[in-house]
Amino acid sequence: MSDEAVEFARLKQVNDPDSLVARFGSENPLPLDAGIAIAPWQIAYQTYGTLNADKSNAILICHALTGDQHVANVHPVTGKSGWWESMVGPGRPIDLDRYFVICANVAGGCMGTTGPASINAATGEPWGLDLPVVTIRDMVRAQALLIDHLGIDTLFAVVGGSMGGMQVLQWAASYPDRVFAVIPIATSAKHSSQNIAFHEVGRQAIMADPDWRRGRYLAEGVSPKKGLSVARMAAHITYMSDSSLQAKFGRRLQDREQMSFGFDADFQIESYLRHQGMSFVDRFDANSYLYVTRAMDYFDLAADYGGKLANAFLGSRTRFCVMSFTSDWLFPTEESRALVHALNASGARVSFAEIDSDRGHDAFLLDVPEMFDIVRGFLDAAARERGLR
Amino acid sequence: MVSIDARRSGPATETRVDLQLVANLVAPKSRVLDVGCGDGALLQLLTETRGCDARGIEISQSGVNACVARGLAVIQGDADADLVYYPDDSFDYVILSQTLQATEQPKVVLEHLLRIGRRAIVSFPNFGHISVRGGLFFNGRMPVTENLAYSWFDTPNIHFCTIRDFVALTKLVRAETEQAIALNHAGKPLSLRAPWWFWNLFGEQAVFVLKRG
Repeated sequence: MSDEAVEFARLKQVNDPDSLVARFGSENPLPLDAGIAIAPWQIAYQTYGTLNADKSNAILICHALTGDQHVANVHPVTGKSGWWESMVGPGRPIDLDRYFVICANVAGGCMGTTGPASINAATGEPWGLDLPVVTIRDMVRAQALLIDHLGIDTLFAVVGGSMGGMQVLQWAASYPDRVFAVIPIATSAKHSSQNIAFHEVGRQAIMADPDWRRGRYLAEGVSPKKGLSVARMAAHITYMSDSSLQAKFGRRLQDREQMSFGFDADFQIESYLRHQGMSFVDRFDANSYLYVTRAMDYFDLAADYGGKLANAFLGSRTRFCVMSFTSDWLFPTEESRALVHALNASGARVSFAEIDSDRGHDAFLLDVPEMFDIVRGFLDAAARERGLR
Repeated sequence: MVSIDARRSGPATETRVDLQLVANLVAPKSRVLDVGCGDGALLQLLTETRGCDARGIEISQSGVNACVARGLAVIQGDADADLVYYPDDSFDYVILSQTLQATEQPKVVLEHLLRIGRRAIVSFPNFGHISVRGGLFFNGRMPVTENLAYSWFDTPNIHFCTIRDFVALTKLVRAETEQAIALNHAGKPLSLRAPWWFWNLFGEQAVFVLKRG
């Protein structure tokens, strides 16, 4: 495909996605933490499996920063398979023969849920930076409205990793009576200073691109691809561990016998990162990247509950299954432990496992048998208690 | 009786004598924390036969996986590092089964047990048992018995005590002993009327129910 065709395919997803869409008019605005309610707005989602008669087998999957609703089907832009097909499918740990799975694009995203690239009905132009900053709680509020729209009262489970895990925790805190079980993976109850710092580097790269045009690039017919690409390169480093980079790339050279004494991609790792950056811009909107990273930065669940995380879960009857990975330095195990200690202090029913993996933060998206075993076992047990067959 | 590892790898289906003995010390429908819960056999027994709200802490990945798959609420951690985060009086019972001798700070751990639970149930292998004394006395080597199956250089058991040592520790932390049971080689309780020295010589295991004094 030509660059224009790729760009066209991506922009089509923003307003008219190749997935299910729930559209809400002015009678059903989306109230945001910024203090503004937006309307009309829409949320794009996919479902898999079959909802049972009493609507008790629904699992909501929350996607990470650059994920989307295409969790278990071929992606309409990239043509790649779904981002969590190892976890979600018939006979998989999140078993589509048994559960009804919903996954929605987040508010502020660019795959069909209202975000900065969507058309603002008031102006007929893309929202751009006129869209209020969204938060993790806003994302979850939008999902709850979707669940209402689908006529589902209580979710059997809410599952997600990284930013998806933040949404999972927000679900448990905001709607304790609407979630039977939750699985937050490789996540934290607050975004760390170091993580905010990495996000700021990414945002500055985007905003430093002359084609960003103060966020009005869509209206002006350009695209800050360089900036977004650099943002993705920087972020991608944080998703991997030093040992996995060593194993995969080491100091090996890219298609050459010796150093070029120039600034080409001499090393394989450079070439790999450039490829990651360039392919990312084909499927993601630069302003969305600003909004969604901001949502993560603002996330601090304890702050909403008087500074005490345990208060967020007081009296909760939801079952928690928390998981972290040994080599994840973006969301290190200590943050999961802090969450678990708070859950213990609140009396919530919590299981926790730190899984041995050298794959860094990305591990939650990869084939990690221990993670699959725990998700399967936890959901099986929860299903028995819930009376699901 | 059972060694530390036997508890982890033991059969999940049939109820073992030692687990049943501990379970019988727990009042029905109480909140229980099992520290070092292994594959969750005791937690499951307490949940199913005594209607308890039972939680666990376990250090091994395989143990945690097994527990979570059974639907038990278990966190990966250990007695030395994690007990400090539990609030006072958050459980009716805290159980430390065959683990005290493997902790870095047995006294601190015991104090936490008494703080977190209204009662603490502690079981441990008796290093004063006649076979242990005999091994050291006659062979001049650190004893390796059926019950304490490790060599000195690879044992996880870094803080052994005898029953009398443990009694002294309970006094040091001002714990009140509600019940004490010594078990023989077959895991059967020794006579309640036997004096301490008899227990200390012939008890392979001891189980204490303690509360704050």
